[in-house]
Amino acid sequence: MLRRTLIALAVLFAAVVIVLPVAAILSRAFAEGVGAWWAAVSDPETLQAVWLTVLTALIVLPLNILFGLCAAWAIARFRFPGRRALLILIEIPFAVSPIVAGLCFLLVYGAYGPVGGALQPYGLQLMFNLTGIVMVSLFVTCPFVVREVLPVLQVTGEDEEKAALTLGANGWQIFRHVTLPNVTWALVYGAILATARAIGEFGAVSVVSGAIRGQTMTLPLQIELLYNDYNTTGAFAAATLLTALALLTLVLRGAITAIHPAHGARP
Amino acid sequence: MIRSTLTAAALGLGALTTPAAAQDAPDEILNVSYDIARELYAAINPAFIAQYEGETGQELTVDQSHAGSSKQARAILQGLQADLVTFNQVLDIQILADQGFVAEDWQEQFPNNASPYYSLPAFMVREGNPKDIQDWGDLVEEDVSVIFPNPKTSGNARYTYLAAWAYALEENDGDEEAARAFVDELLDHVEVFDTGGRGATTTFTERGIGDVLITFEAEVLNIVEETPGYEAVVPSQSLLAEFPVAVVERVADQRGSTEIARSYLDYLYSTEGQEIIAGFNNRVHDEAVVEANADRFPEVDLVTVEEVFGSWEEANETHFASGGELDRMLR
Repeated sequence: MLRRTLIALAVLFAAVVIVLPVAAILSRAFAEGVGAWWAAVSDPETLQAVWLTVLTALIVLPLNILFGLCAAWAIARFRFPGRRALLILIEIPFAVSPIVAGLCFLLVYGAYGPVGGALQPYGLQLMFNLTGIVMVSLFVTCPFVVREVLPVLQVTGEDEEKAALTLGANGWQIFRHVTLPNVTWALVYGAILATARAIGEFGAVSVVSGAIRGQTMTLPLQIELLYNDYNTTGAFAAATLLTALALLTLVLRGAITAIHPAHGARP
Repeated sequence: MIRSTLTAAALGLGALTTPAAAQDAPDEILNVSYDIARELYAAINPAFIAQYEGETGQELTVDQSHAGSSKQARAILQGLQADLVTFNQVLDIQILADQGFVAEDWQEQFPNNASPYYSLPAFMVREGNPKDIQDWGDLVEEDVSVIFPNPKTSGNARYTYLAAWAYALEENDGDEEAARAFVDELLDHVEVFDTGGRGATTTFTERGIGDVLITFEAEVLNIVEETPGYEAVVPSQSLLAEFPVAVVERVADQRGSTEIARSYLDYLYSTEGQEIIAGFNNRVHDEAVVEANADRFPEVDLVTVEEVFGSWEEANETHFASGGELDRMLR
């Protein structure tokens, strides 16, 4: 009895919270037929928004991997002053609302902030263009890789690395042949989560984007714009693209779970 | 040798220090605008570009940015490179003027308080007008349910609130107490307070709640034209809603685009520009265009915020600030 009730509750919850809204996106997007959907999706501004979103994700991804690995390794393997502080700092983007993050970036890197103001005489502008969008995307996504890789490093310990050291391996060889293979799946998993987050980010990007049509609109911003414009079909058609990108990351995640069950089982 | 080195050094220094103002006029300008003007300026820009090329031979690109106009003003203060602004709130340009981005006398630089078009709060009712709503007074009849967004969060609703207040003042020979009682009663008739104009429209059209939606006339007419089942009603008196424009001189002077930005704004006042603007259901000033569109825009007594409330600052202070009239009524 309890078992059935629990299952029914879980299914009901999934239907109400996940399935119905996604189904609504699809039904609205195709409400005026596939032709209207295609016309909305192939609109140059929407295509530009897709490209900017993908480009941002592609730039943020390698930087995240690099930063995530360095930070996780440093925290797991070394004892240094400020180590705990670094650990807490890395968590900040999880706790801070993205819109607050965007405003902070604007205040510091905007044309009249301390950093942005210093660069302005040289004609360098950081906000309201791709640079700004990449910077805030990095901010909101940087904890993911660290949070995935760090526990794995801590669990595996440094015995293997020490063994490699006694066998004469240099630092790079140890990293390449001992450390990295241990954390590969955690790394990939963290990178996927970070990418999904970068693609969907709205609040922080909305503050620093400048919303210039055909130039600095990402897909989530474009969806809001179309929706506010009473262009319902256009908004939901663009939403199907965003959903498709999200599903793609889900499929990747599923594939990893299949290849490497031990990791995929973790939340 | 020494001389050429010195010359080169001087040239290099010159290149570094020459202000951007010495640049040639750019061939691209950015119009930073409010959120629901996307289609309007999508129609204006190609027409302006063609006209400008015909006159000067120069091919231009006009970029558009759209968001809430307060947010846009903030972005410009933080360095968004806007050559000109086309907003729907006077206060948002005033903020730019206070910070030296826009000329202090910006309202005198273009005709009609630098507002090339205007609108007013009007009513949208369901087909056949079953509750027979003609004027503000009908909104507080017993069985009438009204929809407009929360004046606390929506600029659109502030116009509605102030228009109702101004109407009640007029009806009661300037009796503040009577005006307060009328607006209080009107707020009691609001069935759902959405946070913004878009949400209120959705509540009225898609959720089917309410007998009358109050929003800008331009929006009412746009919806009535596109979707069957609704009618526009213009009350006897309403409040002037200006759509102010200005050149962002701090940016434009630096980019060398001031002349182009001015030409763009002048174009909004030209007969051709006013025709396009009227086509999107905004009221305009050009006499020929007004006459041609007389049947769409019934006559209405318009009062301004300045006439009735002194200024936007004062209206905000008295009515919308924490602990103001609105707070006391909603409590």
